[in-house]
Amino acid sequence: MELDVGAALTGLAGGLIIGLAAALMLIANGRVAGCSGLYARALGLSREGAPRQGALAFMLGLPAGAALVAVVIGVESHFPTSLPLLVLAGLVVGFGTRLGSGCTSGHGVVGMARLSPRSLVATATFMATGIATATILRMTGWAA
Amino acid sequence: MGSVKAPTIVSAVSGILFGTGLAVSGMIDPARVRAFLDVGGAWDPTLAFVMGGALFPMALAWMFVGRRSRPLVESHFHLPPTRPIDLRLIGGAALFGIGWGLVGLCPGPAVAALAVHPGPALVFCSGMIAGFALFRRAADGAGRS
Repeated sequence: MELDVGAALTGLAGGLIIGLAAALMLIANGRVAGCSGLYARALGLSREGAPRQGALAFMLGLPAGAALVAVVIGVESHFPTSLPLLVLAGLVVGFGTRLGSGCTSGHGVVGMARLSPRSLVATATFMATGIATATILRMTGWAA
Repeated sequence: MGSVKAPTIVSAVSGILFGTGLAVSGMIDPARVRAFLDVGGAWDPTLAFVMGGALFPMALAWMFVGRRSRPLVESHFHLPPTRPIDLRLIGGAALFGIGWGLVGLCPGPAVAALAVHPGPALVFCSGMIAGFALFRRAADGAGRS
């Protein structure tokens, strides 16, 4: 494997911006920038969490920021074409993130940086099952 | 605008920055995320750089708030517990990882991708919202929020 230096650098730069976004949420609002929890809150599907107005503002901000980048420098994105696969994956992600109280942002970025034992275990777990799933899909040739 | 509160503006700015970072990093391309998870295939290490880049300012932020009694805008901190490690946490994270590996989308990029690939992103997000709702029903049934 050869390291794509350009991809590594833009990855690092994008990561820094994501970290700044989450740092702002913590320092100013005293809250965790966790996508799954904020979405559920914004959509009225969670009883606890941030005020709904703020959760909705965060959720709408994500596509706004991505649209900005798409217009200014362009964005590449390749989705699988199978609609049942997309629905199934979404369903499992939605249920799993609520059951496990977080996803890549809340556990993987904010909680890991806090060295929270819950987030360290959650991140190790979803990384492991994510790697296993992607590997099985390649080996079986399913959903390529 | 009188009813828009300061924490809402902070949340909006945070969301816009978050979406910007996801797009710049290339992580709203599910094919690349799946290529990161497929460690035995044509491995794409980008996600590791993204995580590393995000953890750095976030670790500084935790150090900063550790010395403060309240955040800058809201009146107090609203932080989740760091323990216990229970079956619910592990089971939820395990399920989430399976869904993540299936397509290469987690909640952040899925909603951000609505701006660049609205069709398939909306299909995924519909499933995800159904998953949220299903959990809410199950949790209500079990007497939890």
